[in-house]
Amino acid sequence: MDDLSGFPLKIVGENSPMVSFKRVRKAYGSLVVLDDLDLDVAAGEMVSVIGPSGSGKTTVLRMLMTLEKINGGVIYVDGKPLTHMAQGDKLVPASEKHLRARRSDIGMCFQHFNLFPHMTAIQNCMEGPVQVLGLSKGEARDRGEELLELVGMADKKDQHPSRLSGGQQQRVAIARALAMRPKVMLFDEVTSALDPEVIGEVTNVIRKLVSEHNLTMLMVTHQMGFARDISDRVCFFYGGKIEEQGPPAELFGNPRRERTQQFLSAVKEAV
Amino acid sequence: MSLFEFLSQYWPLLMSGTGVTVAQFLLGAILTVGLALVFGLMKMSSNRAIKGSAVVYIEIFRGTSLLVQLYWIFFVLPLFGVTLEKFTAGWVAIGLNAGAYGAELVRGGIMAVPKGQWEAATAINMSAARRMWRIILPQALVNMLPAWGNLMVEILKGTALVSLISVADLMFQAKQINASTYLSAQIFGTALVIYYILARFLLTPFMRWLEGFMARKLGRA
Repeated sequence: MDDLSGFPLKIVGENSPMVSFKRVRKAYGSLVVLDDLDLDVAAGEMVSVIGPSGSGKTTVLRMLMTLEKINGGVIYVDGKPLTHMAQGDKLVPASEKHLRARRSDIGMCFQHFNLFPHMTAIQNCMEGPVQVLGLSKGEARDRGEELLELVGMADKKDQHPSRLSGGQQQRVAIARALAMRPKVMLFDEVTSALDPEVIGEVTNVIRKLVSEHNLTMLMVTHQMGFARDISDRVCFFYGGKIEEQGPPAELFGNPRRERTQQFLSAVKEAV
Repeated sequence: MSLFEFLSQYWPLLMSGTGVTVAQFLLGAILTVGLALVFGLMKMSSNRAIKGSAVVYIEIFRGTSLLVQLYWIFFVLPLFGVTLEKFTAGWVAIGLNAGAYGAELVRGGIMAVPKGQWEAATAINMSAARRMWRIILPQALVNMLPAWGNLMVEILKGTALVSLISVADLMFQAKQINASTYLSAQIFGTALVIYYILARFLLTPFMRWLEGFMARKLGRA
């Protein structure tokens, strides 16, 4: 582990970011996936992450969800370190206990939904609140039903995932993540495994979240039109770094960097 | 002596032997399941000592003969001050032996659960223990039940060895009757049929039913 003495124990201040990556590095052996990444996401901000495959964009979400360990730097959530914990006046790598205390701030939806197949839709939504947050079954059911209503799945709440279409499963997965009341929601290519005709039902749910709820969101996506529509900011990743970022109108309308231009025109041709 | 006369005369002995066989099987099977779960999970541990002891257990009991293990437990352990009654020695040996096979089934079943399930459970911040118990194991169980059906039949057939330490099971009774009547074909034929009925008409349908039941519970059927 490298020297962490330059990293603050916490980030304070009125405009402190909800999520902050500070010089975060991730490598698999000699393959560097993320190279000293600095990325701040403000509370309530919707940030889309785009880029070619292998550019490290999914790794950003997986590290924030603590599914991957980082090799350098520190990630802060809500001003407090996530990947590390304070020991005296020093930061040391987080223990499992620390991760469990901090992880509830973050929720994640996956490309392949990953619903629990042995539970119905409502049971999927109740599992975390009951087993992790300690809610009573009744409270968890109320919360779950409310969220399934929000994602338009109330009428399928007693179905197992195997009886649901991909789009329906993804909407349940969104409700399951929201049931934990996270401050930050992560969407990892949530429409990539869906048939084209059902993508809209998932993107509409995300639109609704953006307009009606004050969640901080990070979304990795290949759907440029959708990212342009709903994001406050778009980050173009290339080779483990943010090559270019800005408001969607600017990044899509007038990309400055050559690699961004190449990527966007390649994506346009594919459509 | 006709087969009917033969059977009516020795039926009570055969039935008492069958009862002992079933008891040996049930106790052995319960021990098997417990050991398989514990050592299967231990083998997946990242702690070297825990993993190592699971590997040692699995290697010893899978790599050597059940009969030799049975003799060890019944004849050799008393030399070290551990004396087990023959009935207990029987099912304990069976459970220890089959548990080593079962541990590999448990490990395989768990490994076959998609990685995304672990990640989704972590994403809702479940503890490692609850993630295993509530999310991973129920799915692993469905994965491994067909293989468990085979192991259960092996356990049942393996119980015949306990007759060699004079546990009065079906095989022991058959040998006794054979020694006093010399009607080998009839008695060993009857024993064969009883073992077959237990395995094919009781055990196998039960395991099939369990597979279907679990699959329905998991919404797969």
